[in-house]
Amino acid sequence: MVTLAKKLLSKASGQSKLTAGDIIICDVDLAMIHDSGGPRRVKPILERLNRKVWDKNKIVVVTDHYVPADSDETRAIQALTKKWVKDQSIENFYDEQGICHVVLPERGHLTPGIFCVGGDSHSPTGGAFGAYMFGIGATEMAGVLATGSIWIQTPETILMSWKNQLPEYVTAKDMMLAMCSKIGMGGGRYQAIQYAGETIRSLPMQERMTLSNMAAELGAQVGLIAPDETTIAYVEAAGGQVPENWRDFQIETAEKPSNIINFDATNLSPQIAAPHSPANADDASEFRNIGFDVAYIGACTGAKYIDLVAAAKVLRGRHIANGITLKVAPASLRDQNRAKDDGIMQVLQDAGAEFLSNSCGICAGYGEDRLGENQVCISSTARNFKGRMGAQTSAVYLASPYTVAASAVTGTLTDPRLLLGE
Amino acid sequence: MPRLWRLEGTIDTDVLAPGYYMKSPLPELAKHCLEAVRSDFSHSVNQGDVILANANMGVGSSREQAAEVLKYLGIAAVIAPSFAGIFYRNAINLGLPVFTIDEVLMDIPTLVDGAKVKFDFDTAELQILDDATSISLIPFPGFLKELILDGGLVPHLEKRFQTEGSSI
Repeated sequence: MVTLAKKLLSKASGQSKLTAGDIIICDVDLAMIHDSGGPRRVKPILERLNRKVWDKNKIVVVTDHYVPADSDETRAIQALTKKWVKDQSIENFYDEQGICHVVLPERGHLTPGIFCVGGDSHSPTGGAFGAYMFGIGATEMAGVLATGSIWIQTPETILMSWKNQLPEYVTAKDMMLAMCSKIGMGGGRYQAIQYAGETIRSLPMQERMTLSNMAAELGAQVGLIAPDETTIAYVEAAGGQVPENWRDFQIETAEKPSNIINFDATNLSPQIAAPHSPANADDASEFRNIGFDVAYIGACTGAKYIDLVAAAKVLRGRHIANGITLKVAPASLRDQNRAKDDGIMQVLQDAGAEFLSNSCGICAGYGEDRLGENQVCISSTARNFKGRMGAQTSAVYLASPYTVAASAVTGTLTDPRLLLGE
Repeated sequence: MPRLWRLEGTIDTDVLAPGYYMKSPLPELAKHCLEAVRSDFSHSVNQGDVILANANMGVGSSREQAAEVLKYLGIAAVIAPSFAGIFYRNAINLGLPVFTIDEVLMDIPTLVDGAKVKFDFDTAELQILDDATSISLIPFPGFLKELILDGGLVPHLEKRFQTEGSSI
């Protein structure tokens, strides 16, 4: 069966007929690295190999992990990053502009049909644009930077087929947590997941990005979405180059019928995933009288412009409950500025939100704002593994920005429709 | 005598390489490897020990240190019914042998935490010394075996570039 994944890999490998399981070598169109897994880790390897980067124009560097640099160690990492970028004459460098997975598409680097690798596990985000993009570690990235190629085992495609439209105040994040709950974190089997059907086609790009982003939580290598007019409009507005043949990638097929998993959006409720796995998801209404200390709207998964808008819908004219804090870390500077221009940031501030920098921050357990001992958090991020966002004794519930905001207002885990009305 | 570390639950990258210590050098990070689930691990692990973990081993982030700490601590092989894709790739690229095991073999009664074991990379065989049981694991496909034998991706590329000549 010809799948979107195979179509993309055929283009990248130059091999016309691929079968799932085939090990192939692909040419890389774009390699993205950040300050944590990037220069500080690849530099010594490239030096050992006595190589410079294979093509400076195909590399994008973003600082988003140790931002703001708050210690001598992290300041040294940022200095090293800047120096390496200069030494390698890399022009695509986004310093403290936001989280890599959001910055990459907003600056026009992603377009349908390309093959990309990222030095971060949420790199499948790029799949939302019809690109084959996945995450690799730093050593493997150094290999890519030295050679411009990488081996890959041709995956099967598992099709997440969605029909009908989402109810109001139910989001891509809720779809995602429902999928995690249904197939489990290993359900993707490191194969290609593709989101398909009418529900997907009606989603704006930043919602699609949330789905592709969390293909990582489904254990898939990539989370693809076939490009359509919505994709093309976004890429063109971002200044990206749309290939003439982009319609060739409008394929929505699974490897085999048993690889199709069907979902109906009609009756989906807001979801919450209990500690310590995104697969521990259930309807938000099932979580009663559960208090918490911190509500967090952050990360590439849950603090894009569209996520801030969702939170503001709940928080407009309301205030957060006594005894909790609401922390908001907009995913990119550009999204933050747009939200500022639209009055969204003001709404959040009036409701009692504190703002953090446009970086990975608490989501990755970095920085001084990470969770303390025994703290409980409800978060719009992707992962709630034990200790991920701070102390080993902390606990994290995952939900959509609507649900996080509604919970912040009531002080207990809350279905946002209780505040907004169904 | 090398021992088996049988890990319960799902072992993710935050458990292997906790985020808070990620900025520290490898020896410091290694002290905290698995501390959330096995506080005895980092100070009693020995060269040649083998880890047996449950399905989806190494799920989580792309942080390579999750595999690197295990190699640093002397782990001869990580065995699990399945691995998270990135962890699997990282392990191979760092020369840490990772092997999949048939789920039904996980129930062998002597395959317990603390069992004395011997692992042979060439034959992909795990011997349980207590009862002389031997378990044959699934060997690597073609060039991945060579890549691990070279010591991982970097030594493998070093060899390749030495043959091709430097580009600088």
